[in-house]
Amino acid sequence: MANGKVQRNGNNGHATTVKKSRLAPIDSVETSTRLPVLKTYKIYIGGKFPRTESGRFYLLNNRKTGQPIANMCLCSRKDFREAVVAARAAQSGWAERSAYNRCQILYRIAEMLEGRAAQFVSEMVQMGFSEASAHAEVETSIDRLVYYAGWADKYQQVFSSVNPVASSHFNFSVLEPSGVAAIVTPQDSALIGLISTVIPAITGGNTVIALASRDLTLCAVTLSEVLATSDLPGGVINILTGEKSELIEHFASHMDVNTIVYCGNDEAERATVRSKSAANVKRAICYDRTDWMSPEAQNPYLILDTQEVKTTWHPIGV
Amino acid sequence: MPLSAPSLPHSPTIDQVGVEERVERLQKRSIKKASKVHALKLALSMIDLTTLEGADSDGKVRQLCSKAKHLHDAMPDLPHVAAVCVYPTLVACAKQELTGTDIKIAAVATGFPSGQYPRSTKLADTRFAVEEGADEIDMVISRGHFLAGEYAYVFDEIAAIKDACGAAHLKVILETGELGTLDSVRKASDLAMHAGADFIKTSTGKVQPSATQPVTLVMLEAIRDFYQATGKKIGMKPAGGISTAKISLQYLVMLRETLGEDWLTPDLYRIGASRLANDILMQLMKERTGAYQSGDYFSKD
Amino acid sequence: MSKAVDSRTDRPESKIRFSTSWSYAPAPETAKATIAPRYDLFINGKFVTPAKGKYFATTNPANEKKLSEVGEASAEDVNKAVKAARSAYDKVWSKMPGKERGKYIYRIARILQERARELSIIESMDGGKPIRESRDVDIPLAAAHFFYYAGWADKLDYAFPGRTARPLGVAGQIIPWNFPLLMAAWKIAPALATGNTLVLKPAETTPLTAMKLAEVIRDADLPPGVVNIITGAGETGAALVNHPDIDKIAFTGSTEVGKAIQKALAPTRKHYSLELGGKAANIIFEDATIDQAVEGIINGIFFNQGHVCCAGSRLLVQESVYKTVIGKLQDRMETLVVGDPLDKNTDIGAINSKIQLEKINEYLEIGQKEGANLWQTSCDIPSSGYFCRPALFLNATQSHRITQEEIFGPVVAIQTFRTPAEAIEKANNTPYGLSGGVWTDKGSKIFKITTKIQAGVIWANTYNKFDPTSPFGGYKESGMGREGGLHGLAPYVELN
Repeated sequence: MANGKVQRNGNNGHATTVKKSRLAPIDSVETSTRLPVLKTYKIYIGGKFPRTESGRFYLLNNRKTGQPIANMCLCSRKDFREAVVAARAAQSGWAERSAYNRCQILYRIAEMLEGRAAQFVSEMVQMGFSEASAHAEVETSIDRLVYYAGWADKYQQVFSSVNPVASSHFNFSVLEPSGVAAIVTPQDSALIGLISTVIPAITGGNTVIALASRDLTLCAVTLSEVLATSDLPGGVINILTGEKSELIEHFASHMDVNTIVYCGNDEAERATVRSKSAANVKRAICYDRTDWMSPEAQNPYLILDTQEVKTTWHPIGV
Repeated sequence: MPLSAPSLPHSPTIDQVGVEERVERLQKRSIKKASKVHALKLALSMIDLTTLEGADSDGKVRQLCSKAKHLHDAMPDLPHVAAVCVYPTLVACAKQELTGTDIKIAAVATGFPSGQYPRSTKLADTRFAVEEGADEIDMVISRGHFLAGEYAYVFDEIAAIKDACGAAHLKVILETGELGTLDSVRKASDLAMHAGADFIKTSTGKVQPSATQPVTLVMLEAIRDFYQATGKKIGMKPAGGISTAKISLQYLVMLRETLGEDWLTPDLYRIGASRLANDILMQLMKERTGAYQSGDYFSKD
Repeated sequence: MSKAVDSRTDRPESKIRFSTSWSYAPAPETAKATIAPRYDLFINGKFVTPAKGKYFATTNPANEKKLSEVGEASAEDVNKAVKAARSAYDKVWSKMPGKERGKYIYRIARILQERARELSIIESMDGGKPIRESRDVDIPLAAAHFFYYAGWADKLDYAFPGRTARPLGVAGQIIPWNFPLLMAAWKIAPALATGNTLVLKPAETTPLTAMKLAEVIRDADLPPGVVNIITGAGETGAALVNHPDIDKIAFTGSTEVGKAIQKALAPTRKHYSLELGGKAANIIFEDATIDQAVEGIINGIFFNQGHVCCAGSRLLVQESVYKTVIGKLQDRMETLVVGDPLDKNTDIGAINSKIQLEKINEYLEIGQKEGANLWQTSCDIPSSGYFCRPALFLNATQSHRITQEEIFGPVVAIQTFRTPAEAIEKANNTPYGLSGGVWTDKGSKIFKITTKIQAGVIWANTYNKFDPTSPFGGYKESGMGREGGLHGLAPYVELN
């Protein structure tokens, strides 16, 4: 069902009447005379849903047909700054939760996503995906959440060690989260790319600021609603929407971010990420993978990428 | 005659996780029906009704004393609170209001709450409160000196204040929220008891955290060890943060199972609180009528 | 007959008086639990009547009343169950991708969490343990165990470097009466996660939570035959152990039966893992945090009425702190409430069965005859049901039977030692090797002592702590194989 709505085009300020598609299940009755309530797409910071402080927006279109869908927040570096504050505040509490607790929360996110699968499929169709590929992607996303839920209380066992040092000391190495990770998620993915990069980081006790795909944004925003209803503490995952080119420099240079993850294949962007990270010896991780649906896109080494190793010594003796 | 500090090195160390687990187990006790009513009334009788604000005046204290005397006249058979607790300058007013009752007057002294004052000021503060009519003095230890390892200084200070109290009872506030570890809480407890404290008390209520159950357990166990070594019974007062009847009962369970019958009396156990009394009254009313209560029906002060 | 000894204080006028004017009113658990009058055998996804039509009763040890009756599985029923497990393995479970297997196991975990209160109540009624323990320990740990192993189902490639892990096939599992639902979880979860199917036999005195678990498994829609639960006593267990189409036997129970099973399996190719008895030494050094160590002693031997294979049933106290420790221990014991398992204030519930109570009482006699000094608390105990006051044997020696043999009740044998070497020697001087405890505030001493104690689980400055991620199992006659953690996968796979 199409409805008219007056809105400004983000670039030149002219008012135009635009047909805005209603976000309803595909099989909704076309002949209904009821006016639907349209959704406003906000960002997710500190467990709350603010608008961008900049007041700016961009128009999201169906990438196949070009049909406009909705206004998205065009985030600013100040939004990013606030998100880092929220992520930092949440990090020690999240890391101190038991692995079992993190496991249950991740599983709960899967439960919530499963319950809203139809909405995610419908949003992906709206953005130009086929129904079949939308179903596949949503199901893979749910299963990937379950996959990482199962790693939360196990990666420590697989990657830690007790080290047989030559002196009379008990010596052991454990993994600890690096802290706050800023993630430029795969821009060409509606959902699985974001899940695949954000979830392993939080499984390991990090907190995250994620930049969603600019052109496939709907699911990222709806995912933040799923996160908000999953007992995930506010600030553990923060989701921003906007232009990678505006924000990437700030993601990479922020002195209170411990890791930056960049997904993409632009050499210039990669170079920016790597060089700006040097300012605080940020861990810079670049994934050039394009197929995030692949089973190889889920494995515990993605958790390891955002972990530090701490080794402790203690004498053995009476 | 108080002993000198040599007993300090023998304070045992404390395992924090073990203490927290013991506390958790004690919190699982379920106190119902007659035993609940008995405990609620006991808790009520142990309250030191407190006002310690910069804004306190005679009028404020008069209201507090009135509440102490008339907790809830609609309910007969209520015990009275143990004491009111005020700043030294308000002791005279409290004395006027409470003459003829069994309610004691406790005064904080020694530069409460920080204690960052010279010895002479602290002694003068104490003497003034006692002269004004305080039955009990709640002093603060010098935490800075304690944390710097100057135990003899802290010991001597307590002994001197005890001396200045004359007939008044001395409660020694350790300010456990500033001590950092349970080991320090135990050490400070032992120190205070050896130096002459009649009561050891957790907090001023002005610093977070104030009383906690793990800290209280450590202090009760210190009291028990002191009793078994010397035959002397020292009282205990957790203060601050005990705002609900439910929590106060958990504290009483802990007391009962650590020190037993002899300490289940206001002579040896007090609770420093302000909002607690009304919550207990509401619980008592609920036990009586079966209905959950509203704060509107109980005078705030 | 030796006199009891009270170590509390040289100053009798400074005794803590515990009987108080304020006592706790009864606080019974009020939620309801549904127990059917009769439970059949759970085979191939359904409850089916036993072939011979025989049933046996299960009673509540707190009041000796009958709770229900359960089917007695004959050899024919065992055969049916094994066949169902084999068929499910061949046709469904071995073909199912790990991640789907995992999702079934997650379902079981979630349903257990949902039904937690009812399961706790039934566990306490059937076995005698206090509701405080079944509610706060047994049932949550059981759910957590399923949660943990669910996650391994699709990650076995990471568990054994350089090896591919394959399931063994059909497992026969026999569990004891001391942690009925938890032991069922410890057996079922890793077996399923690694791709095996199974036939489980719960203990004959505590079958009910296993039958409730069967309902959970049915409600989780597990493919029929993957999990089969059959009730019975020794004969049923023997039929299961001896069944030719079982690939693996997992047994938790007495060392005596464990040895019999090991012998019976000797001529076969069956894999087996055994978790048997123990007589753990709980060692208190003079530099321990004494009050917390006393609490650790309490947790070590009075948790679950002492019906714990890894119980701290021998107490070794450094002589320099002996009087202090025993005095505090006796004081603490006086606050233990022995009573109705369904009362929330009960610390020590009912002894699991009449037979077990008789065994314990026999040891109380033996210990006194041998020359140790018996001391028990003065608490009231109910007039009906099987109850035992918590007991200490002071002045026990290494050669006493009460120090060597597993009593499996709320009884601890106490000795002194003088040096770490002596403590280690005494601790290891036993055919058992399941667990041990060390209490000292000195870190280096902890690591030294724990490296020397010959036991599979050592608790330092704590006791009786369990977690699904933490491997549990014994050395020597306490058994072989581990349950829990990454190491808990190994008994259920072959590595190629």
